[in-house]
Amino acid sequence: MQVKNASILNLVAGNGNILRNQSGVVMKITILLLESPYNHQSADSAYHFIQAAIRKGHEITGVFLYNDGVINATALMDPPQDDRHIASRWSELGARGIDIVACIAAGKRRGIIDSVLVPNVRISGLGQLASMIRKSDRLVTFGD
Amino acid sequence: MLHTVNKSPFDTHDLHNCARFVDAGDVLLLLEDGVYAAQAGTVQSHLVADMISRCAVYALQADLAARGISDLIPGVALADYDKFVDLVEQHKVQAWL
Repeated sequence: MQVKNASILNLVAGNGNILRNQSGVVMKITILLLESPYNHQSADSAYHFIQAAIRKGHEITGVFLYNDGVINATALMDPPQDDRHIASRWSELGARGIDIVACIAAGKRRGIIDSVLVPNVRISGLGQLASMIRKSDRLVTFGD
Repeated sequence: MLHTVNKSPFDTHDLHNCARFVDAGDVLLLLEDGVYAAQAGTVQSHLVADMISRCAVYALQADLAARGISDLIPGVALADYDKFVDLVEQHKVQAWL
């Protein structure tokens, strides 16, 4: 946990608004996502939690997609236009510098390999989860 | 410790298990189908009603609204995602999955 001078806590949110973390505490948070999109709420809950955490000036150390969670990263999904595109959400968070990692062992079992990934998501091993957790103040798990 | 429960007490025993381990000063956050436990007047209402005497209980507002739950057990506080983040800032998290 880092306690920073308020003057350097001005952070740029995704919408361009400058926000300040009011408590003055920047938490490093790892997100573990265990379930697939659309048939569980966990991918939505995790996304909304991350949005709020970023807005409040916290740092997402990484998002680790494990078990059916790896299905969140497939570029093959093509939901109706009036529905949320969950893989794009993760890709956009990745583009903002958040490390989004899909587990290689879980991915290989489910056909989630490099050639079907959305941009800004990478495949790696469970060791990456351990590394993220070691660098974080908090682990928040979303699953079912 | 922040305990998160995302299952209905009508479906699983996660909240029952959580209730056995909650200490004074802990916080319970009900989200997703977990918010059904916050509804007043059900056969499972005693679970949360008993826990409120020992720990703070929050229910995620968006998930309550999505399920049309408005009649809450007295003492259950509403949380939005910003509050969820605040609770994570204050406590380590135990997800009862």
